[in-house]
Amino acid sequence: MYDVILVRFGEIGLKGRNRPAFEGQLMQAIRRALSSFQGIRVSKEYGRLIVTLPRSMGPNDFDLGEMVKRLASVFGIVSVSPAVRLGLDLSTVEEAAPAIVTLGAESMARAPRTFKVETRRPNKRFPHRTPEINASLGARILQSAQELDVDLHTPDITLFVEVRESAVYAYTQIIAGPGGLPIGSSSRGLLLLSGGIDSPVAGWLAMKRGIRLEAIHFHSPPYTSERSKEKVLELASILGRYSPEPIPTHVVRFTPIQEAIRDAAPEAMVITLMRRMMLRIATRLADAKGIPALITGESVGQVASQTLESMQTINAVTNLPVLRPLVSMDKSEIVALSERIGAYDTSVLPYEDCCTLFVPKHPETKPRVDRAEAAEKALDIQRLVSEAVEGVVRIVRE
Amino acid sequence: MNDEIYLDSAATTKALPEVVSAVTESLVQGYGNPSSLHRKGLEAERLVREARRRVASALGVEEREVYFTSGGTEGNHLAIKGAARGASRRGQHIVTTTIEHSSVLTACRDLEVEGFRVTFVDPDGEGRIQPESVARAVGAQTSVVSVMAVNNEVGSIQPLQAIGRAIRAVKDDVIFHVDGVQGFLKVPIVPQHLGIDLFTLSGHKIHAPKGVGALYVRRGVKVLPLFGGGEHERGLRSGTENVPGIVGLGTAVRIVGAQAYAERLSQLKARFIEALAGVSDTYVNGPEGVDCASHIVNLSFPGVRGEVLLHALSERGVYVSTGSACSSKHGEASHVLQAMKVQPARLESSIRVSLSYMSTEDEVMKGARILRDVVAELRSSLRA
Repeated sequence: MYDVILVRFGEIGLKGRNRPAFEGQLMQAIRRALSSFQGIRVSKEYGRLIVTLPRSMGPNDFDLGEMVKRLASVFGIVSVSPAVRLGLDLSTVEEAAPAIVTLGAESMARAPRTFKVETRRPNKRFPHRTPEINASLGARILQSAQELDVDLHTPDITLFVEVRESAVYAYTQIIAGPGGLPIGSSSRGLLLLSGGIDSPVAGWLAMKRGIRLEAIHFHSPPYTSERSKEKVLELASILGRYSPEPIPTHVVRFTPIQEAIRDAAPEAMVITLMRRMMLRIATRLADAKGIPALITGESVGQVASQTLESMQTINAVTNLPVLRPLVSMDKSEIVALSERIGAYDTSVLPYEDCCTLFVPKHPETKPRVDRAEAAEKALDIQRLVSEAVEGVVRIVRE
Repeated sequence: MNDEIYLDSAATTKALPEVVSAVTESLVQGYGNPSSLHRKGLEAERLVREARRRVASALGVEEREVYFTSGGTEGNHLAIKGAARGASRRGQHIVTTTIEHSSVLTACRDLEVEGFRVTFVDPDGEGRIQPESVARAVGAQTSVVSVMAVNNEVGSIQPLQAIGRAIRAVKDDVIFHVDGVQGFLKVPIVPQHLGIDLFTLSGHKIHAPKGVGALYVRRGVKVLPLFGGGEHERGLRSGTENVPGIVGLGTAVRIVGAQAYAERLSQLKARFIEALAGVSDTYVNGPEGVDCASHIVNLSFPGVRGEVLLHALSERGVYVSTGSACSSKHGEASHVLQAMKVQPARLESSIRVSLSYMSTEDEVMKGARILRDVVAELRSSLRA
């Protein structure tokens, strides 16, 4: 039975003097991710974090599955392995090896036919060398499991053995985590969250680099429904699963602005002006909260409003950096990521969002800053922005 | 009320207080139709979504793989018929066992009428299905194999993983259905690890209301609906969602699923059996130890008819059952014990005692004492 989960982390191992801080953040994130389980202990061992389980658990134990799943979505974690902790002694490991392979096989829908042993020995004081350990464990497994053969190239199951300072860890599974940096290690960002496929993915990628997220959503009742707002809150909650804390969503009532733009501006400019207003409101909110960057789901050339010229014209209204993590991704890549993070099914629910309202047939694809400014002359921008910011409702959905 | 000793939890269970208040709230507050476009509908939809998340997480599957049903019987019919009909081009042969719940057996019989062939596999003497026996029954035409997780009458835990592996070694594309009504939250079940494609569960066995359950359908497995209509549950199960029931199920899963109580129950069960040690000529039908679910024990007291014992216990406020509650009204001997080839004297005198998450030590041990006394009384009066 498994007694620990080994946690591997990547980049934070490289960060020199920041390393203890990063490790601390990651340990914190792990503790929060596992907070509903009692009796968990998280400790450091050089280059690894070790989660000690409250009791020994089989591979089909519900709690173990849930813990692994949660750890596999914590940023900063490269991979995890449920493992058996053994004494620093070859004969103990030999004795346990066949049972650990059997344990690993229990979580495989198909019975393994071939295996290999792969040992790492960071503890150089251990009196046996790697090839010797591999050979003796392999022989023991062959002896006790008649149905298994050795295959060093494409084995169905691999027994990994790590000889560390205080113990030997043995396991057969390596479950990939998302990588990146622990959340909180890179300040905060305000995500412009629509109900579409792109913006949640952009938010996830920003989080991956350690950014703590807040979201802003533009809602246009009665043109857009309660359900479309609900969908956005659900997307924020899905993103929240990757974060130590839930992600607050600031909902802006955008209807008066959209109506003012519709009434005052040339049809072809509507989208550009809407986006400029959104960025103004987001900037004001971010400034008030001391958030130093905005994040959007734009990707170059995806739709008419996402040309570089358009980005330039939209960007002109803010002095904050606008991060666009999807800028060079294809739609199919974005969709694949959306599926992976569990947002896709929600993103494709068919509700109107404010960006699809009052949309012109032929939008301007190369809007110019001076033309946009001229078209905005008819709008009382200060008043509209202030009213929108004052009316913001903050919603936190777990 | 406090004197009642409920030892029939495999038949049904009492709702948890948290379930009762969540259900009440959904009837009074969240009463909207999830399909309605307005806010009231939205609230109800959120409640359903939350429950779906709970169930999915308890099985380690995706939310979209969970479909709400009216319970175990519907789940089993939907799974077996829906999968068999969906895969009928690949073959028209079903494999199941002789110790399944009657809902599985009738679903298979219905398919026989439609022209499917069904093979029924027998258990060993302890109510366990041997993987090799199932594999031997699988042929080129087999499309669906259905085996229960835990037998409802004797508690035998079936070796699902070994069965899954054995059948796929014979035919790769067989759909593996598991009736998990007695196994859900009682034995560890991770469909992905065990190779399960379809998994039926029911609410009222885990302290949720009657009339609600769920079916797990692995993504990519084709299941045809039993009936059409409003395209609810992604078209697999039409009909306005049973929101209060679904909320109750989600709540029960949240509470019961959070604790590993199987260990406590198996100790309780061991003590119960121990307390009967003084009664001569007592038998446990089915496996003992780790091969048996911790909440079920089937006992025989030769010389005392099971039904008589049941009624005598009932008069003292102790509730047990003979065989499965669903079929015991017909007064026939248990098809499960028959399939296990249990001797007639033990067959006629068998009762099932079953525990739950809510069972207390006090209740169970008191039940054991009363059972001991009642058996002694009945035996002496019958001899007299």
